[in-house]
Amino acid sequence: MAEPRIPPVLDLEGPAAPPQRNGELVFDAVWEGRLFGLTMALHEAGRFEWEEFRARLIAEIAHWERQHDSTERWSFYERWEAALEGLLADKGLCPREELDGREGVLAARAPGHDH
Amino acid sequence: MPDHDHAHDHDHAVSEGNALRAEALESLLVEKGVVTTAAIDAVIRRYEQDLGPMNGAKVVARAWVDPAYRERLLRDAWSAIAELGLARGGAPLVVVENAPGIQNVVVCTLCSCYPAALLGISPSWYKDPAYRSRVVREPRKVLAEFGLELGEDVEIRVWDSSAELRYMVLPERSPGSEAMTEDELASLVTRDSLIGVARAKAPGSDAPGARRG
Repeated sequence: MAEPRIPPVLDLEGPAAPPQRNGELVFDAVWEGRLFGLTMALHEAGRFEWEEFRARLIAEIAHWERQHDSTERWSFYERWEAALEGLLADKGLCPREELDGREGVLAARAPGHDH
Repeated sequence: MPDHDHAHDHDHAVSEGNALRAEALESLLVEKGVVTTAAIDAVIRRYEQDLGPMNGAKVVARAWVDPAYRERLLRDAWSAIAELGLARGGAPLVVVENAPGIQNVVVCTLCSCYPAALLGISPSWYKDPAYRSRVVREPRKVLAEFGLELGEDVEIRVWDSSAELRYMVLPERSPGSEAMTEDELASLVTRDSLIGVARAKAPGSDAPGARRG
């Protein structure tokens, strides 16, 4: 068993800095916190280098900004999700077809499953 | 605000779509054995509870109760911090001590260098260009705006952090805290008091020195 890795140094400012309030990370929805935890757990398990993810995140944000203007709805963790998804697909850890399939299965659950 | 409700519903639907995608990702990765649910839960707990100013507060509480520890902390900060089982941060760290007539305050005039291992993630005002320039120029006024009114006889020392050297303030022990345990003392130490824009809380007070951020 490898030594647990030291947690990455999160960007505190710049495009890749997560939303913060009063010095703490802010998650506007439960899924954002889960996604953050998933990403950190994958990194700590040695599945990718932090810089690999960080570069993807910056690229995803820049890509979005080129395609959209400032009046459109912005979600930092949506970009984070896109970055993680792309990285895992390229590493063969989670092919996009499988992800699409699973999303379809989850979407087909009876409505109100999580209310 | 025309279309406000409509826009809200739309945002809600988009967020649910994102939630589904994130859930699909997690469930597949767990199923494949790439990561475990327990590992994800542990990471989230750690970011919620263990980071943040708690580490810095523990260090200060120990320095308050143990004068020999305080000496070591002021001489070689990271070594003293490591004694408490806390991880060393990347950049060298100097702890600067407040005393009657001396108030230390930390800024990073160039960017937002900050000892995150001790203080968690920095408050948004720390990155604000106005704080970064004004606290150097008119520290007494800036501290007063944080609610820290200092007499003209108090010397204010402003420390400029950089990538090569970071600072943490050792605040004065709160009056009336003589009977408190080390853990109780740590709860008086706020993030703002470690940056130097507030005093440590008074015992029994729920109001931290400053609530901006």
